[in-house]
Amino acid sequence: MKANDVILQTATKVVFFIIFLFSIHIFFAGHFAPGGGFVGGLLTTAAIVLLLLAFDLKTVQQALPFNFMIVVAIGLVLAIGMGAGSFVFNVPFLTHAFGDFYLPLFGVTSLHTAMIFDAGVYLVVVGSTVTMIQSIGGES
Amino acid sequence: MTVIANTLIVLTIVVGLLFTVVTVIGVLRLPDVYTRAHAASKSATLGVLSILVGTFFHFWLNEGYFSVRILLGILFLFITAPIGGHLMSRAAYFSGVKPTELTVGDDLAEVVERAKKEKQIN
Repeated sequence: MKANDVILQTATKVVFFIIFLFSIHIFFAGHFAPGGGFVGGLLTTAAIVLLLLAFDLKTVQQALPFNFMIVVAIGLVLAIGMGAGSFVFNVPFLTHAFGDFYLPLFGVTSLHTAMIFDAGVYLVVVGSTVTMIQSIGGES
Repeated sequence: MTVIANTLIVLTIVVGLLFTVVTVIGVLRLPDVYTRAHAASKSATLGVLSILVGTFFHFWLNEGYFSVRILLGILFLFITAPIGGHLMSRAAYFSGVKPTELTVGDDLAEVVERAKKEKQIN
């Protein structure tokens, strides 16, 4: 008997966006409040795992057509690139710079290059955990 | 103003605690999985929701901090907690857990029976 998953799938369509937005919030709050790249990445993975539970593997791979191994690589390149960028300004490796900028929608915002490193951590965490779960779940 | 705010906060948190205690009693005393899922998913949801509402009002009215996270948590729990109860009791039904002797009718059994017959014909 084919299971009827209407309730789970409909709820997933709403709840996925709540978890995803919360993970983005946690990621950006990381500098001044609890949170950061690691927790944000794990929350995004949790949202993708919820999609995998409600739908099957093929549907999710069609909806998110990324190779998550490449996501890990992009994350590592971002982290190393942020560290290596400090050589251009003749300061030690991984020195980060910051300043206040005027952005059109947000007003005066303080931007740090540590955010780029955090984005690297986020992408590595999302890529590696989703790769693990997809490769464990895909074989059977 | 502070008295009204504090009364509201204390009232919602106490109501939440009462409902949580009722949940515990229900889970311990009710006879089978389905009645326990009924107790756990309904009254625990309401209990946690009113505790969160009390916390939200405390931080908003006394500390002056409007926490969107708590509102999002209320919405999230309100959507997901009953669905969790539904999925658990459905999994219990399809793995063959019998309801208690006191149960009067089992409407889902007929539907499952009919679906099995249709599958055999096809």
